Amino acid sequence: MTVMTKKGIVDLRSPEEIRAERRKGRTGVYLIAPGMLVLALFFALPVVVLLAMSLYVKPEGGEIGEFVPGFEIGNYATVLAAYWPELLRSFGFALIATVLALLIGFPMAYLVAVRLREKTLLQGILLVLLIAPFFSSFILRTQAWKQILADEGFIAQTLKFLAILPADGHLTATPFAVVAGLTYNFLPFMVLPIYANLGRLDTRLLEASGDLYASPMTSFFKVTLPMSAPGVFAGTLLTFIPAAGDYVNAALLGNNRNTTMIGQIIDSRFFKVIDYPGASALSFVLMVSILVLVTIYIRRFGTKELM
Amino acid sequence: MKQKIGRWFIPAVGGLAFIYLLVPIAYIFVFSFNDAGRTNLDWRGFTLENWQNPCGAPAVCESLAHSLQVGTVATIAATALGTLIAIGLVRYKFRFRKLTDVLIILPLATPEVVLGASLLAQFLNLGWELGYATIVIAHIVFCMSFVIVTVRARVSSLDPRLEEAAADLYASPRAAFWKVTFPLLLPGIVAAALLSFAMSFDDFIITNFNSGTFQTFPKFIYVAATRGIPAQANVIGSAMFILALLVVVIGQVISYRKKKQLENS
Repeated sequence: MTVMTKKGIVDLRSPEEIRAERRKGRTGVYLIAPGMLVLALFFALPVVVLLAMSLYVKPEGGEIGEFVPGFEIGNYATVLAAYWPELLRSFGFALIATVLALLIGFPMAYLVAVRLREKTLLQGILLVLLIAPFFSSFILRTQAWKQILADEGFIAQTLKFLAILPADGHLTATPFAVVAGLTYNFLPFMVLPIYANLGRLDTRLLEASGDLYASPMTSFFKVTLPMSAPGVFAGTLLTFIPAAGDYVNAALLGNNRNTTMIGQIIDSRFFKVIDYPGASALSFVLMVSILVLVTIYIRRFGTKELM
Repeated sequence: MKQKIGRWFIPAVGGLAFIYLLVPIAYIFVFSFNDAGRTNLDWRGFTLENWQNPCGAPAVCESLAHSLQVGTVATIAATALGTLIAIGLVRYKFRFRKLTDVLIILPLATPEVVLGASLLAQFLNLGWELGYATIVIAHIVFCMSFVIVTVRARVSSLDPRLEEAAADLYASPRAAFWKVTFPLLLPGIVAAALLSFAMSFDDFIITNFNSGTFQTFPKFIYVAATRGIPAQANVIGSAMFILALLVVVIGQVISYRKKKQLENS
């Protein structure tokens, strides 16, 4: 709708209304077709192939790595019976790492986004340091942790000297090291979305709640946290999902029967044992369990802003 | 009293967390100067030799070249395809909208090991040989979803009236797009491309599933980790980090200047 005024023709519609009148026609299809085709052929179809392969059977007298299409649901029972501890451990480690990353990451994001709002230079420097780890090899950093925490390293020796760690104790090859590694590697994924949300937090709201005799604690739980909920929500998902499937931390920092995660099993089933159906079944179980967990989480805490 | 605790608590925890984030990076940098030969496990004295001759250890530079190549090709393809999708989805009407949304979001909710395994199952089924081509395809797929999400946010926040204003001033749709829409989208597209490159360059798990014997930089380090990573890898890791710092700093300076310009005008 347009009207003539003294200033000329004015469009009264809001951007939302204009957007609602989305153009129809072929152009849109041409724009999305190539990319969607790639996603269909190399994401959707592979997941279907993975599902099919998880039901393959070994022919009688077949060689290692020889499988024929079948419908063996028993593959799932077999791998679940053998590897349920690793599956549970992966989710447990990922959950602990996510909680730790939130506890560490929130103050980081708050420091940069709110406390340093007036100090542009320092804020810029810390923001750069937050983004920079994305550009330095994460395997190199994980390996660096391994060497820092090594038995003959400075930290382990000091802890042993102070008798915090027993003389024959280790820091690496423990669940502690793996969880610390996961927390470390996915920390920026937690901090950046929270930072993006806190950046928009109006600090006058905190002053207002203070004026209304809310304690800082109350202000935090009633104002800051709810205002940053979409960032916390996105950050927890971006940390939990990759952490549950990761096996680099478990392999480099753990490499021990108490730290094996499901990713390591899938990798070794594919490449060492050459058990394609078993590996596919485990992958599919991992994918579905994460989707179920994420769906429950979204239903319970989700916000529409996510999409 | 409580106020005071709040005052030092946040900087203290935040500061410690930044140290936690940076310790391994500092370690990598320091040990890039280690006169250690092939293993680089403990400190044996300062040398500049690794920096003067970063290709000194076998396979380091070859795998680096592979990673740069894969990253460049995958980034260009993923950014182009993803940007087209982002514009198309925001600006045009579609049936099957739910389906396209699922296709875009699902890869983000799927752990890398599953993405890698499903693509491997597909390539095994098709009988394709694993190598350069399969890695590039895998990287395009996992980078594209990130590009779509990033650029789509940018397109949605764009005021469609700007383009209509251009049309009112007799710009052809093509001219309106290239003169108005595209320049406004460019920062988002550049950010998405940088993110894609960083993820592709650093990816290990998906690459490991779909690369066969093709060596990338992360794969090289992972394999070398069992018998000791050569110091030259630390040189390359540090150099990449410094380069990235420069890119991010330049980006920050540009956006800061633009802000200033807008404020002054």
